[in-house]
Amino acid sequence: MSEKNKSKSAKWFLYFIVPFLLVLLFKYISKDKNEGYNSLSSTSENNYDTAEMKVPENVDYIFDVKPILSDRCYLCHGPDEGTREAGLRLDIKENAYAAIGKELDRHAIIPGDTINSQMVYRINNPDVEKRMPPLTSNLSLTDYERKVLTKWIQQGAVWKDHWAFVPPVKSDIPKVSNSELVANKIDNFILKTLEQKGLKPSKKASKEKLIRRVSFDLTGLPPSIDALDSFLNDNSADAYEKVVDKLLASKAYGERMSANWLDIARYADTHGYQDDLERVMWPWRDWVISAFNRNLPYNDFIEWQLAGDLLPDASLEQILATGFNRNHKITQEGGVIDEEYRVEYVLDRANTTSKALLGLTMECAQCHDHKYDPISQREYYSFYGFFNHVDEKGLIGYDEIPEPNITITQKEIEEALSFVNMPDSIKEAKPMVMRDNKAQRKTYILNRGAYDAPTDEVQLAAPEMVAPFEGRYERNRLGLAKWLFSEENSLTARVAVNRMWQQIFGVGIVSSSADFGNQGALPSHPELLDWLAITFKEEGWDMKKMMKRMVLSNTYQQTSKTNEKLLEIDPNNTYLARNSRDKLTAEMIRDNALSVSGLLVEKVGGPSVKPYQPPGIWEETTSGQGLTKYFMDTGGNQYRRSLYTFWKRTVPPPAMMTFDAAGRDLCTVERQKTSTPLQALVMLNDPVLIEAAQVLALNTIKEGEAKTDEQRIEHIFRKLTSRTPDPEEKEKLLSFLKNAEQEYNEKEAQNINELIKANRSIKAEKLYGLSVLTSLVFNLDEAIVKA
Amino acid sequence: MEELSKHFLNNNRRHFLKKLGLGIGGLAAASLLDPFSSIVEAEGSPLAGMNLPHFAPKAKRVIYLFQSGGPSQLDLFDHKPLLNKMRGQELPDSVRKGQRLTGMTSGQANFPLVGGNFKFKQYGESRAWVSELMPYTSKIVDELCFVKSMHTEAINHDPAITFFQTGSQQPGRPSIGSWFSYGLGSLNNNLPTFTVLLSRGTGRPFSQPLYSRLWGNGFLSSLHQGVQFRSGKDPVLYLKDPEGMSRQERRKMLDHISELNHKQEEEFGDPEINSRIAQYEMAYRMQTSVPGTMNIEDEPEHIIQMYGANATVPGTYAANCLLARRLVERDVRFVQLYHMGWDQHENLPTQIAGQSKDVDQATAALIMDLKQRGLLEDTLVVWGGEFGRTNYSQGTLTDTNYGRDHHPKCFTMFMAGGGVKPGFTYGETDDFGYNIVKDPMHVHDLQATMMHLMGVDHTKFTHKHQGRRYRLTDVSGHVVHDVLA
Repeated sequence: MSEKNKSKSAKWFLYFIVPFLLVLLFKYISKDKNEGYNSLSSTSENNYDTAEMKVPENVDYIFDVKPILSDRCYLCHGPDEGTREAGLRLDIKENAYAAIGKELDRHAIIPGDTINSQMVYRINNPDVEKRMPPLTSNLSLTDYERKVLTKWIQQGAVWKDHWAFVPPVKSDIPKVSNSELVANKIDNFILKTLEQKGLKPSKKASKEKLIRRVSFDLTGLPPSIDALDSFLNDNSADAYEKVVDKLLASKAYGERMSANWLDIARYADTHGYQDDLERVMWPWRDWVISAFNRNLPYNDFIEWQLAGDLLPDASLEQILATGFNRNHKITQEGGVIDEEYRVEYVLDRANTTSKALLGLTMECAQCHDHKYDPISQREYYSFYGFFNHVDEKGLIGYDEIPEPNITITQKEIEEALSFVNMPDSIKEAKPMVMRDNKAQRKTYILNRGAYDAPTDEVQLAAPEMVAPFEGRYERNRLGLAKWLFSEENSLTARVAVNRMWQQIFGVGIVSSSADFGNQGALPSHPELLDWLAITFKEEGWDMKKMMKRMVLSNTYQQTSKTNEKLLEIDPNNTYLARNSRDKLTAEMIRDNALSVSGLLVEKVGGPSVKPYQPPGIWEETTSGQGLTKYFMDTGGNQYRRSLYTFWKRTVPPPAMMTFDAAGRDLCTVERQKTSTPLQALVMLNDPVLIEAAQVLALNTIKEGEAKTDEQRIEHIFRKLTSRTPDPEEKEKLLSFLKNAEQEYNEKEAQNINELIKANRSIKAEKLYGLSVLTSLVFNLDEAIVKA
Repeated sequence: MEELSKHFLNNNRRHFLKKLGLGIGGLAAASLLDPFSSIVEAEGSPLAGMNLPHFAPKAKRVIYLFQSGGPSQLDLFDHKPLLNKMRGQELPDSVRKGQRLTGMTSGQANFPLVGGNFKFKQYGESRAWVSELMPYTSKIVDELCFVKSMHTEAINHDPAITFFQTGSQQPGRPSIGSWFSYGLGSLNNNLPTFTVLLSRGTGRPFSQPLYSRLWGNGFLSSLHQGVQFRSGKDPVLYLKDPEGMSRQERRKMLDHISELNHKQEEEFGDPEINSRIAQYEMAYRMQTSVPGTMNIEDEPEHIIQMYGANATVPGTYAANCLLARRLVERDVRFVQLYHMGWDQHENLPTQIAGQSKDVDQATAALIMDLKQRGLLEDTLVVWGGEFGRTNYSQGTLTDTNYGRDHHPKCFTMFMAGGGVKPGFTYGETDDFGYNIVKDPMHVHDLQATMMHLMGVDHTKFTHKHQGRRYRLTDVSGHVVHDVLA
């Protein structure tokens, strides 16, 4: 640019260039020398603008520096010995500050010394040959990131350990100025941060929206009109708490909690590979529902699932609970190598356990030392070893029920498993469970994770950086479970409360709920997370109590209304100056429709069911073996909650997949949240939703309380949004209804004719019109989100 | 409404993603560096930093003709006269080199070599060998780029096909089409970016299953899920309005929904609401555009004849090839076909004849049809299965009958158009058709090369999920520059 300008008039030079040079000179004199390197900013390959991001006044290692180091530097200067360059390791304090180079005469980081710190020199270097990260890594630093690292060194390069590996500390409850907004201690933490960020909390949500939100969050179902009315009419101070208690005590609570747990446990009704044959794990699923409803403490809940069989005098229930680690896929594909798949199952168990309970993606250490977290390949296989003793096969036959399993008949149910809902038509069920073989298999490190490349033998152990294991616990799954709940374990409680938070607030305090490691997100409210974690422990791992605390907070009760300014400051609602406005989950979409229409069959547990799915889905992919044809259930089983829908892993229920359900191939802690055109098609045309709309319309007319069109519209609108439509809305819907009635064409509207025939007293066009109107209301944004 | 629709029609990829898929309000502000923003959730940001495409693409669209089951390269393309000479003799250990076998033949006492029962000839200026099973394909060899040296690690169907489709043998990762949808976005405003077509082979109608998870989005947004186009009344699931509902009535309903949603948006200020309105508009357009694409009534007779009589029979491979052309013509980014039935463990001669008849004419027609429309130059066509088949017979070898087990160490695929060298053969196998002797191409190499043709550097196109950057090619894969035009 300056080349061009020189040719222009001298005036131009005088007015623009000279002042510019003066500013540069001033900058150079007044600031640290290294600032000069910052002109590099244009080379950043990231095209989002970070120039405006302000470098913090006090650069914090954990919050500002480490995310950059972990993401851009650890690949070559991290825990993986195999790929380490120049002997520099940045994830461990001693190594990061240590002397490097052939002569050991250089240091990557010299606290306070930006001139001699190699890091500053290399990251800001205009010479691409010298600059870090190197071009070949496909990684780069933004201007902002360079400034952060430089300033950190300038400010003394103060080190802190990764927060998640330091046991939680219960800090004092923050004092806040507007204490009238505090319903419980959660609010103190949230309000404090809001104050610091200059944000104000939002008003309370309307009572209608509040009961709607909490009903979905705790039970996955909408409030009934009765529940809604009784809450609206209850002016007592604890009206809301009464609602919450009722929801927590309902059977639907356990079903809602289980829906999340089934994702984590990768539960399915089939084996998951190739011909994908059926398996019987639903008795385990019934146990999960029952455990949540009985409010089994979280430590027992986990201990039984990991090691129920190893408990002294293990009960049949405790053994059934271990089915958790048998929900992985199993192959029956002729010709596979048995050991290859057996190893795959062990890996799956190890990975699921670490992701679900420790929030660690240990699987990265399957092939090599972890690149981002301090987990070596040796430690990984030591952990893997806990799950390597199962008396199992890699390849099963087509008619084989995989071992180990237990037999459940009416006798067992009567004696010990009252929660298993086995119909009389079924004589026995044989769910898989964990059982170790007596001759203990040795565990080896597998080179690059390959089953046929064992190297060193390892002893079973849990990762020491999370909590001490050596010499304290037995080297078996029970020892592992005890270790998980040891005083020193820095992760178990945090990961658990974070997941509950995610269920209630939409996003966890650590938004990457599956990854608390170096690559994961940092907690938005670290003190709150720790306070919740310790409180959870202190209260005996009481899940209902914790859920109740969360929904009773003022933070939760805020409206979800937002505005442009708030969106600009806090686009992801990290600080919770309002509540989130989350969409219904895949299960809720259908369950809601069944519930409002009265079609829902509220039976808990039992074998999975086959409700409507479009014809041909299984048939068009089958090999002719196994589950070749989808036989839709008749009667009540068509209308059970979606939690019970038969899950064929290779061909999962399409409408649920469209709404971001987890595929159940692997442990999933967090579902995607997306909106797509295909979702719109399901909402508009899924025969299940059409049927529900028709039945709701019919019942509205039949019930007789709503006599006029207007009243009917109001009733349907309330059922689906939990609020009364305003006059404008009513009028719009009324005009639509009138039109829809006229659109009725007896010949074409086949799918409603049966209903019409069965209800001769109702005018056909009335029922048709109101059904179409109901379908419209189903599709309103307000009916698709919680509140 | 119109304005909104225009707004939505904006072809800008990021805009599209933002509006449609991401569901996080004001996401542009959420950068990688916001320490509170989960990397998983701020999906848009890492992508925004990738500057896709990385360079000018040779191909804009892909048609992937997946031959599920593992076609026998030795009976179709990889001509090995030595095998006929040594028919019935034992496979020498020096050739097998202890290669692991599937459990289906590892127990076999003998491994009798078998050449094909089918005659091979050389065709075209490129002098490519093709067997008599593929008469139509043999006429277009000068358009094709054969790869004789494909190899994979998997020896069983499920892991092998999952490997081709997702880059990993274990299920759970996004399909190749999902990766392209995610990275490159849509080229059109009325149809899904990634579409899927299935057909069943007549050679072996029931052999290996397919799995809808093969076209699943894995850890990417469900926006990138493959959308299956099916034969029958509902070509895309849930596309059809309920019986009795007219288009006008549907339009009216959508207008009402949109008006009421706008009112909500005013009250709640949630940008997601506008995004939802836009999705309903797209859904509405799809209701017209999908049946329009499926309806081949406007195809002239000579085109139908080109693809063969089956082109008018919905759900056949021929019909799907014609449909694939109509889809790319409408700028669908990635069309994934699957043709089942190529698993010839026994009765290979009869079965493979049927399979070949299913695909030969239509595949050749598709390529030539694309060419005559000027679409071949920027559409990449890929033909091949998940592995090859053994040079020895599975089961008893008779004069007329034999079978072949899975063989991962070498097999043949071919590509056409989209920036690959026409009339070219890459790689070579030994005289036994057992080992590769020149220029191997691994599954990840093929994926890397496909990405390269689409303007994507496979090492740079990553998605961060649960603490790790994933790519289609995992940690390996090289672009095979020799096959590039």
